[in-house]
Amino acid sequence: MISLTSPIETRAHGWPAGLKLAALCVVTIVLFQMQSLWFHMATFATTLTFYALPGQSFLRAGLRSLKVLWPFVLLVGIYHIVTRSPIDGLVIILRMLTAVGLANLVTMTTRLSDMIAVVRWLATPLRALGLRTEYLETAIALVIRFTPVLLAKGTHLTEAWRARSARRPGWRIILPFTVLALEDADHIADALRARGGFDAMKE
Amino acid sequence: MEKNVTLIALFAALIAALGLIPKIDLFFGVPITAQSLGIMLCGTILGAKRGALAVLLFLLLVAIGLPLLSGGRGGLGVFAGPSVGFLIGFPVAAFVTGLITEKWRTGPVWLSAGVAAVVGGIIVLYGFGIPGMAIMLDKTLVESTALVTAFIPGDVIKAALAGMLTAALVKVRPASVLSRAEA
Repeated sequence: MISLTSPIETRAHGWPAGLKLAALCVVTIVLFQMQSLWFHMATFATTLTFYALPGQSFLRAGLRSLKVLWPFVLLVGIYHIVTRSPIDGLVIILRMLTAVGLANLVTMTTRLSDMIAVVRWLATPLRALGLRTEYLETAIALVIRFTPVLLAKGTHLTEAWRARSARRPGWRIILPFTVLALEDADHIADALRARGGFDAMKE
Repeated sequence: MEKNVTLIALFAALIAALGLIPKIDLFFGVPITAQSLGIMLCGTILGAKRGALAVLLFLLLVAIGLPLLSGGRGGLGVFAGPSVGFLIGFPVAAFVTGLITEKWRTGPVWLSAGVAAVVGGIIVLYGFGIPGMAIMLDKTLVESTALVTAFIPGDVIKAALAGMLTAALVKVRPASVLSRAEA
């Protein structure tokens, strides 16, 4: 499973993940408080500069993930042209692009392992309460490992269907697909138990 | 305990896989996928608690940067975008869907699971998604509702499918349908 972290090493890759996340929270809150068009034009330009600094391919990857917002840009744009309030529309569009752009920037410059370390740190109070967070850590690892496995099995199911029918495989493959996931869950639970289960993970 | 953790993890992976396999792009380039069907199935099959936990785990992995949302989206950006309300609503939708499936045992499974999926996966989910969109785009609730009504027919079909699939699963693997297991 490939994370959305950018393979292009930037200086921000080395910054502490918790700090980046905290800064993102603060900036996002501020973005939603401000109404001035100049402010939003400036923050959007700054965000684009951040994207451009590590080089062209980084900028292109960043813009590609912003492209999914175009239906919203179009809808809000048309709405505010029709209601003759283009400034308000521009503020909303710029704010949306900046907020999503900055959040994506944090994702692109933070390694998955650093993010998981933050999750682990955030779970500290739970551990203090006596809850066992190794459940969560095991579950995270299982999802990362088994999403591609399930995806491959789903693709095989689709191919098996195509080999036998001229019609497109639709919802009919979802039941066997779900059964496959349930069986995998059974097998992994057995495998975990055979190795001592969660009790063996106690430090 | 091992079984609970692996079930929750595998269903989180199932939501992701359902969002990534059959991509049908309709209008606006918005991929219409089976991802929300995955959310409903978490509730109707795993029940309220485990279902909601599976969805929360899925969202956590999206937040830390895995491209698991339909169309390969993911990362923190999706939580700053206009659809954030739907993401926040996902676990609640699974919980409500699971709760109704667990509590309403008098009727046939396809009916109670189907109705549960409509209430949880549509009414509750849009109850979060529409205000979220209204806030993010600075529109009224009515205007935001108008934006998303196009998706409701597809979701009704998915809810009906969730009901049918759950009923079929009760037939082939009754022990796996935890929402209906004897407590």
